Amino acid sequence: MPAKELSPIEIYQKLPRTNCGECGEANCMAFAAKLVNREALLADCKPLVEPENKEAYNELWALLKPAVKAVELGVGENALTIGGEYVFHRHEFTYFHEPAIAIDVSDEMSDEEFELRVKVLNDFSYEYIGMQLTLDMLSVRSTSGDPETFAAAVRKADELTQKPLILCALNPDVMRKGLEVAGDGRPLIYAATKDNWREMAELAIQYGCPLVASSPQDLDTLKSLTHTLEAYGVEDIVMDPGTAPNHHMAANLNNLVKLRWQSVNEEEEHLGYPILGLPLVAWAVEEEDTIINEWNEAVLGALCIDRFVDVMIIHGISGWALLPQIILRNNIYTDPRKPVSVEPELVVFGEPDELAPVMLTTNFALTYYTVASDIESAKVDSYLLVVDSEGMSVESAVAGRKMTADTVAEALANFKVGDRVKHRHLVIPGRSARLSGEIQELSGWTVSVGPLDSSGIAKFIDEKWTPFPEE
Amino acid sequence: MAKPKDIELLLNKDLLEKLAKFQAIELEDVEIELEEIEFSVEGGRGGGISSPLLARMGFEFALIRDSANRITSLLGGPASPMGMPAPQPQPAAPGLAPAAPAAKPTELIPETMGVPVGDYPGSIVEVKLGATRAEGGTRATSYVIGGEKVLPFFNFQAPMLNKPVIALDVFDWPKVPLSKAVKMHFREYLEDTAEWARVCVDKYGAEMINVHLLTIDPLIEDAPPKAALKTVESVLEAVDVPLSIGGCGDPQKDYAVFKAICENIEGERLLINSVTLDMDIEGTARLVKDHDNCVIAFTSMDVNKARELNRKLYDFVPKDQILMDTTTAALGYGLDYAFTVMERCRIAGLKGDPELNHPMSSGTTNAWAAREAWMKMGPEFAPRELRGPIWETVTGMTLLLAGVDYFMMMHPAAVDALKTIINHLMSNDKPVEPTEWVSVRM
Repeated sequence: MPAKELSPIEIYQKLPRTNCGECGEANCMAFAAKLVNREALLADCKPLVEPENKEAYNELWALLKPAVKAVELGVGENALTIGGEYVFHRHEFTYFHEPAIAIDVSDEMSDEEFELRVKVLNDFSYEYIGMQLTLDMLSVRSTSGDPETFAAAVRKADELTQKPLILCALNPDVMRKGLEVAGDGRPLIYAATKDNWREMAELAIQYGCPLVASSPQDLDTLKSLTHTLEAYGVEDIVMDPGTAPNHHMAANLNNLVKLRWQSVNEEEEHLGYPILGLPLVAWAVEEEDTIINEWNEAVLGALCIDRFVDVMIIHGISGWALLPQIILRNNIYTDPRKPVSVEPELVVFGEPDELAPVMLTTNFALTYYTVASDIESAKVDSYLLVVDSEGMSVESAVAGRKMTADTVAEALANFKVGDRVKHRHLVIPGRSARLSGEIQELSGWTVSVGPLDSSGIAKFIDEKWTPFPEE
Repeated sequence: MAKPKDIELLLNKDLLEKLAKFQAIELEDVEIELEEIEFSVEGGRGGGISSPLLARMGFEFALIRDSANRITSLLGGPASPMGMPAPQPQPAAPGLAPAAPAAKPTELIPETMGVPVGDYPGSIVEVKLGATRAEGGTRATSYVIGGEKVLPFFNFQAPMLNKPVIALDVFDWPKVPLSKAVKMHFREYLEDTAEWARVCVDKYGAEMINVHLLTIDPLIEDAPPKAALKTVESVLEAVDVPLSIGGCGDPQKDYAVFKAICENIEGERLLINSVTLDMDIEGTARLVKDHDNCVIAFTSMDVNKARELNRKLYDFVPKDQILMDTTTAALGYGLDYAFTVMERCRIAGLKGDPELNHPMSSGTTNAWAAREAWMKMGPEFAPRELRGPIWETVTGMTLLLAGVDYFMMMHPAAVDALKTIINHLMSNDKPVEPTEWVSVRM
């Protein structure tokens, strides 16, 4: 059942209703609400796992299971889950598992290029609102078509990275060699097609690995494949509807939309699986230069992230192209039920004295973390007044009247900023310049307009700050 | 023999719905359903369905077996995504289980995938921007935007009637803070707004020009409405595409400037950018109505505020002169909010909400508020000359997918890229050949 249609009452009625509190909630109704939000596990309910409640457990399990099956890739610490999604639009509930991004290597690449690519995969990390954004998987492709060459490449991949692998070869003999090397690491197998599905299914079952069902540009056959693989006994399937180069953007979008709509909104049988996207097809076109290929790939990657793809393979490893994709991925998969904001408060940096600067920002998490990290790296002993802008950035908050002279004056008073410093001099963000006069009037503090971007704080404080500016 | 599809329907609809909705079904029920199929299939011979018979039925058998598997898997399926232990399996159906090992399909089970049905009673109103000579203005082209009946680019349900339009931003203030990657394309024209606009159209393919009147800001130059009017007139002279006219964000001043422009420039069907809840809504709306212009209703990421402002405008302006802008935040700086608010507005409009069914506009230039778009970063993120435009492109494309019809942008490469994306998405969903990539040396 689509998550958006579940009510806590429905769940509550099937719970033991003992109000025992063993799950940590005050009562069964509160636990039911947590279950509906997927913030608690069925197994947290101790009475429910007793044998006499088996039936209720199974019913609840069926009610709560996602429309898109959660598939685990890899093993151990670096294992990751894809799929496990309930809804089409993120605002209908939330998306749960960010699409995994795999970097492409092939079995005919030079050692140098191969190793560089694995290094990028292993080392790429970008700090963003207190999180480290990283890449997830290595995709090893057989361009040689030779089983031994492929096995050697898979061995090298397995040695160089702990991250889960995708093995790409359409010839089952080649795939078998790869699995002999790395089959115990639960790699994703690419792929079962209408021509090789039986051999690939056998391999997937033998090695207990998830298997991609691939039917580029033919969704009926894709459904035939998933259905047949299910009947054959393959449990973990990933669907590849084919990704085509950029001029076929419409087909790409339409395939993704149809698949996810049918699985989530129509709960159509045999389609409840994660989707594979292949932005790297942007490189499979002739006579383009590498910058254009990489640009086109980033655009395809963004399309995949915006529209339901759960795992994707990319070839480009330039930071300028990777960065927008991993940040977009983070944004789209942020839980829309939770405001991305921090508590309004007076934050202390370093050891400010009574003459230390007092600066202002809003409580939008991103704004706050950006400003905070700039103040920290500039080592400015200071106070930062975080006003409640209902989680909006400075520019939006000023335009939308969420941050006004009133709210600023109020925050200055509420947090007793005047008790901390001897001066009455406030530095406001450059993007709130238009509030300066009013703030001054309402609060009685002298207002200076700071830099447009907080990266300019160090320079601003160094060159312009004085506790008692001339009137 | 019944067609496999019929069997499937019977099994799916009845059994699975019951399973989903009611108490656990005893497996005898499965038997009954199977018998019923057998009954209808074999035209009254009835009787239990035996394993040997099933085994002779080829892939139909696989279908039935699979459906039975599905049912058992609903009762005792695999582990859930939340890490809950899997339910405890029920015993398999007697009579079916012994045949199962022999049942692996030997050929592909034919399937047809359902196509999502777009069930939308509402549609987005069409708005015409600009006016040609024939239409009473002086523009070489005018555009109609909006008119959608389905979600953005669901081409299999209905083609997009009207192509989204891209404007380039120009500013009347040479000191406007622009990132280096942007400035390098316009450095020579910062002092001359009309020339800047001309370059945007002639060289960079702007379909419209959005003239930002920053100098009118009391905190900048507090330039009089007359001066702003002159600027707009000079841009109208320099280019032959439709214009939108951007204020400075000061409610009183913007109204005064819009008034001077609307009362002195007739027939061009300008797009006034924008009216906000704290402006003189009636006054601004009347300027739009009386002089046959259009207006962007600007609110800050709030579906209800967007509705409220539209409702207030309806008292004075026909619906087909209103665009709505629910605020664009940059990739990495709240794009998820912007995306979702727009998506919700569009869905509501299509579902028949009469107060949200307007074409949407986006100040995509806001993408440059993201420091990643312009900041010097480590060599692994170089060159920033590419990072900025891809940032604006991804921001724009994401909002295009949410339903934006009118983009106001900054970087020529991003404009070009988004135009290309729009063209590709507008194209018919013709059969596409599979792309060979596995064996390709890239």
